[in-house]
Amino acid sequence: MIPERIKALLLPIAILAILEIWARAVHLQSDSLAPPSAIAAALVEAFQDGSMLIATRDTLISAFAGLSIGGAVGLACGIALGIFPIFDRLMEVTIEAIRPIPSIALLPIALIALGFGYRMEITIVAFACVWPILILTRAAVGGIEPRLIEVSRALRLSPADRVRKIIIPAALPRIFLAFRLAAGIALIVAVTVEIAINPIGLGAAIMTAQQALRPDLMLAYLFWIGLIGYLLNTGLMVAQRHLFGRAALVGDSA
Amino acid sequence: MNRSVLYWRAASFAVAAGFVGSWQLIADQRLVSPVFLPGPDRAWASLVRGFTSGDLLDKLLGTLEHMAYGWFVASIAGIALGAMIGSSRRMRSYVAPSLEFLRPLPVSAVIPVAIAMFGLTQSMALFVIAFGAIWPMLLATIHGFAAVEPRLYEVARSLHMSRLAIIFKIALPSASPDILAGMRLSVTVALILSVVCEILAGLDGLGHWVLLSARAFRSADLFAGVILLGVIGYLTALAMSMVEKRLLKWRSSGH
Repeated sequence: MIPERIKALLLPIAILAILEIWARAVHLQSDSLAPPSAIAAALVEAFQDGSMLIATRDTLISAFAGLSIGGAVGLACGIALGIFPIFDRLMEVTIEAIRPIPSIALLPIALIALGFGYRMEITIVAFACVWPILILTRAAVGGIEPRLIEVSRALRLSPADRVRKIIIPAALPRIFLAFRLAAGIALIVAVTVEIAINPIGLGAAIMTAQQALRPDLMLAYLFWIGLIGYLLNTGLMVAQRHLFGRAALVGDSA
Repeated sequence: MNRSVLYWRAASFAVAAGFVGSWQLIADQRLVSPVFLPGPDRAWASLVRGFTSGDLLDKLLGTLEHMAYGWFVASIAGIALGAMIGSSRRMRSYVAPSLEFLRPLPVSAVIPVAIAMFGLTQSMALFVIAFGAIWPMLLATIHGFAAVEPRLYEVARSLHMSRLAIIFKIALPSASPDILAGMRLSVTVALILSVVCEILAGLDGLGHWVLLSARAFRSADLFAGVILLGVIGYLTALAMSMVEKRLLKWRSSGH
């Protein structure tokens, strides 16, 4: 019986080995594929000359700045809408009208208003991150055990204390889940904006590698972007389990 | 009860109208330069003009076409591959971890690879959209197949059903809620990737239209395009959730 962990590795190893052997056998000359050994060499080279680290830094700064801004806005609005159902009902049409706009469609607007660079990218990432956090926070706050609210009333807590001491702790596991989903979205949107138009970060670097006809470098960037996405997701999932226990993962389908 | 829902809905529309009104006011007072922010009146006029005399309808159809083809290919491939992987425990333990590794990959990162392979063409867009839209469906199908009540498989075995019959009569219906949820997610992905591909490759569609409008500082046209994209996003999500409700009626109608 082969252990599960090794089974998981067999497929990628087999694909890499076949690709390597095939590339050597036919002396591959291609603009889109490269043997894995060349990709690994390009990865090391890009790390050594620092270009990979600079690009990674730019992308992550934009993604996390956008996540913080969008997350703060989404959290505040979500809590407000969750506490005051009247407010929620009044804002329903407005929210449902703005939410389905694909974040990337704002790119040209952000481009003429803010120009190239961090600000434009952060704005778009923030817009994309507001919605999942707003919706999930609203649901989490609305789903708080009503007796906790009664307790806070009996204790005559001020509204600020009620939010700080009762509502946020009670809704925290689901709010963290919202942040994890939004972090994935932030990275995706940041890379997409860079690939589409913004000349900074990993997205721009992978486009440059493609235009320079360097498939090895391009695929090295692709691998690196995938690894960052995987590590971000796994890291947050581990944190979630560590902080809130297994119960926090119930109902997590995305 | 029903009446109060109606009142709330009306009040909610009034609030939204209030926002549009203040947008108009801001634009009229020129608090923001009209180069960046046209009023809703100008955006609406541009929308009407685009549909009656311009080529906005063609662009709209172009985007819908990219979305639909990519999503359709992804649906078929995703469900077929998912059924193949999900219905065999051995396949699951070998393939699923690799898929889990690929899942958080920002899909747009394959665009350069697709451009290197296909050039700036329609096939590039089709490949990217299908590749992006396949993930939610593929993973949902695998998950749905893996979560089928084991007793149903026992029943199938004692009835001597063939593997195909098991897939079509037991596993697919039982996994359909997961699959439909995956299909709904991938419509959104397909729309976003269509826009990105149109921006990059200059393919006929709304993505290209909004970019050109931005380059020429025609902000009214730009907002008209963005509003249309929002409408597409809203209507496709609405249609998917209606289809979902319709198809899954049997689940709530008792056993």
